[in-house]
Amino acid sequence: MGTPVIKKEKPISAKEYCKRYFGRILRSWSLVQGLSVTVRYFFEPSRIVTEQYPENKKTLKMHPRYRGRVEMIEDAEGNNHCTACGICERACPNGSINVLATKNIAGKKVLGRYLYRLDSCTQCGFCVESCPFGAIRMNQDFELSRTDKAGFEMILNKKEGQG
Amino acid sequence: MNSSIFIPSVTHPIGDFIRSNVPIPELAFLINAILCIIGICVVAFGAALVLVYVERKVCAHVQCRLGPMRLGFHGCIQTVADTLKLLFKEVYAPDGADKFLFYLAPMVLLTAPFLCLCMIPFDHNLQVANISVGIPLIIAVNGFGVLGILLGGWSSNNKYSLLGGLRSGAQMVSYEISLSLILLFIVMMAGSASLMDITTSQSGTILDWWIFKAPGIGIVAFIMFLISSTAEMNRAPFDIAEAEQELTGGYHTEYNGTAFAMFYLAEYINLVTTSSLATTCFLGGFLPPAIGVAAVDHALAMVPGLIWFFAKVGLMIWIYMMLRWTFVRPRVDQLMALEWKFLLPVNLLLLAAGAVFLALGWVLP
Amino acid sequence: MTQKKQLPPGFREVYNDSNCEEFFVNMGPQHPSTHGALRLVLRLDGETIIEIVPHFGYIHRGIEKQAESGTYLQFIHLSDREDYLTAIQNNLGVVLALEKGMGIGTTERGEYIRVMMAELNRIASHLVYYGCFGGDMGGQTPLIYGFKEREMIHDIFDEVTGSRLTTNFFRPGGSRFDVTDTFIPRVKAFLDHLEPTMKDYELLMSKNIIVLERNVGIGVLTREQAISFGCSGPVLRASGVPYDVRRSDPYSIYDRFDFDIPIETDGDNYARYKVRIAEIHESMKILRQCIEKFPEGPYRSKEKPVKLLPGNYYAATESAKGLYATYVVAVSGDKPYRIHTRGPSFANLAALNTMSQGHKIADLVSIMASLDPVIPEVDR
Repeated sequence: MGTPVIKKEKPISAKEYCKRYFGRILRSWSLVQGLSVTVRYFFEPSRIVTEQYPENKKTLKMHPRYRGRVEMIEDAEGNNHCTACGICERACPNGSINVLATKNIAGKKVLGRYLYRLDSCTQCGFCVESCPFGAIRMNQDFELSRTDKAGFEMILNKKEGQG
Repeated sequence: MNSSIFIPSVTHPIGDFIRSNVPIPELAFLINAILCIIGICVVAFGAALVLVYVERKVCAHVQCRLGPMRLGFHGCIQTVADTLKLLFKEVYAPDGADKFLFYLAPMVLLTAPFLCLCMIPFDHNLQVANISVGIPLIIAVNGFGVLGILLGGWSSNNKYSLLGGLRSGAQMVSYEISLSLILLFIVMMAGSASLMDITTSQSGTILDWWIFKAPGIGIVAFIMFLISSTAEMNRAPFDIAEAEQELTGGYHTEYNGTAFAMFYLAEYINLVTTSSLATTCFLGGFLPPAIGVAAVDHALAMVPGLIWFFAKVGLMIWIYMMLRWTFVRPRVDQLMALEWKFLLPVNLLLLAAGAVFLALGWVLP
Repeated sequence: MTQKKQLPPGFREVYNDSNCEEFFVNMGPQHPSTHGALRLVLRLDGETIIEIVPHFGYIHRGIEKQAESGTYLQFIHLSDREDYLTAIQNNLGVVLALEKGMGIGTTERGEYIRVMMAELNRIASHLVYYGCFGGDMGGQTPLIYGFKEREMIHDIFDEVTGSRLTTNFFRPGGSRFDVTDTFIPRVKAFLDHLEPTMKDYELLMSKNIIVLERNVGIGVLTREQAISFGCSGPVLRASGVPYDVRRSDPYSIYDRFDFDIPIETDGDNYARYKVRIAEIHESMKILRQCIEKFPEGPYRSKEKPVKLLPGNYYAATESAKGLYATYVVAVSGDKPYRIHTRGPSFANLAALNTMSQGHKIADLVSIMASLDPVIPEVDR
């Protein structure tokens, strides 16, 4: 690893030179072959794959497994299955989840607030995978950008947990 | 010096009307000149606006995309919006740039294609200046364009711009030679350097166009013209002066706003000019593509020459666009080798072959 | 006159040529063709490159340090973010190392899912290479073509794993989900679509005279150099070394399939291109065999993932770019003492200086493209 060496091309014989020169001219036929592909594609509109995104919003459906943001599975009255065990909190690699437990009238530990920070979430899905009660899921919402930072920190549960 | 070249010799109905009704000849000349300038500007800017849109659409459809779709029907007023955006941007020069040359460069670049457009015959009596030395003047004026690019690259105080400017200087100066040789070939075959005469020398059927009239060598000359004019226009695949992947934009890396818009505009007006030149020299200009059957020919001749002209220009532009969106870019030394080792000898041979064909009378009647 | 010039850091001051008027160009970190935030300082003589000094670390995120503060499982999702073009294969590499430590394996169906997903990912990565290779030489159309077909693979990934790019799919003992019912038909349809399409794409690029002129004999890496730089994957195989982890040290069930390891001996840009295009076809071959034999059954083994026994565990996999190896040091508890991943891009990129000396700037760009580096993996 000493001096940088600039490689120089070896001189070639006249015969070899002519061979290469005319070989190149003959091989220019490949340019026509390349053109045949693009011209064919130009005249085949059926190949177009573009989706018109905001226009097709109504029909656009993500796959059921799509990992959007985390949400709590709630029934019609807003009850959830969370027991505030905190396994999801430990499973989260980024500390995006805080499960704040509280005590109900009977003195049992139940879910107080389920804090979720969307800005630090990487949508890895470990929380959903680790939850033993199936209390949370990842929804199909893919438009996760917000204009204010406050919107990123959300409380997922509407009601306190029943335990 | 003969001052007659400064007087428009074309007899257009409007020009004749003004000439015969305005008492002072100088004033009539002035009115005519202003009309011509407006006409050329409308053609140039209009074509550039349309072409930016067309290029984006052609590119998109080659690449299985849709291209602009938002503004207007299929995005047809997208370019207007883009132009407005560029015009409203703040204009600034980088620190350490030579301000005067920096702002002069795009203007210099823009003058050349406008001057060329003045000499193109759009129809039988629609030409700004029918100059007897049309082809040499076009060659001379085209050489002006490289100055703008060199100035822009040098004055930006950016190493990428400098490399781009130097590359483009070398490239355009080299390719001018083969472009000139091909145009000389046409001048020799047509027997005149006036673009109007070149067009009228192709009257007759399709086979009288210069691409077919000189059997074999016409098509070779046309292909050579395609290659060297693509390089002369700095268009991909010969856009080594811009070379986005290598030089992040080359000579116009540091330009923005209006100045960048002018570079962009010059590129597309150049496209129109070069396509017009190709149409005039090889595809019979404004003449209809007659096929020798009297009834069909009569019907074709009913269509105004202007429409034929722009249809052929459109075809040429489409060919240039397909070339651009198909091929990858050769390296700078390969580009030079292509010119000096291939195009130049072939063009000289072509010139000689043309002379032989003329002498032996092998040109189609 | 003989004053010593002040060179930028990293350069050796021994190059002396009286005709040479050298100057330095800073390429990157924001440059269209450095494939991310890579900064190269070029020492140029005109347009000829004398020497290159790369500067890394513009997107260093400390992935390996982060791994130490998380559980073993949590590293899988970080490995997605190393080389984002081969996320599935990175997952596989990490999971194999973890499985060695846990002493468990996966089911038959699980193995097939792994191989199929990994090979789809290989095709996707090579399609990106095809696109970038054309794109870096100035052809925008190949760029879009490559990405167009890759999107179809990502659609399949989206349906199966729930994410297009950062899949986080494999787990010790199998995978996160079973594949959907539509998976096999979709892969079949995709292969039937890709076969004629690749023919078109090869027609566009493989024999193209400009591509040949720009790449044959450019960026030559000899067999010895390739080995000494620790190159792997298509870069190594294009230099004539028949090393592919899938064949030389088979993991998962790669020993059951009939496929070739494409090898070229020229070691130039074009050889690397040919190797990668041939690998797309080989991957398609493997996928077709998988579709034929795809078994029913559980996708995940019944054995519960246990804690890793203390010790060192190493697993090597062949990702699309080369050798992706994971080294796990387990001490106690559920957190790793250290996880190191050996990514292919970093070692391949080390050869850049040697390969591009004496070539033009334009060649540097195509050499970069032919190495196919992903900078987040270089920087971690």
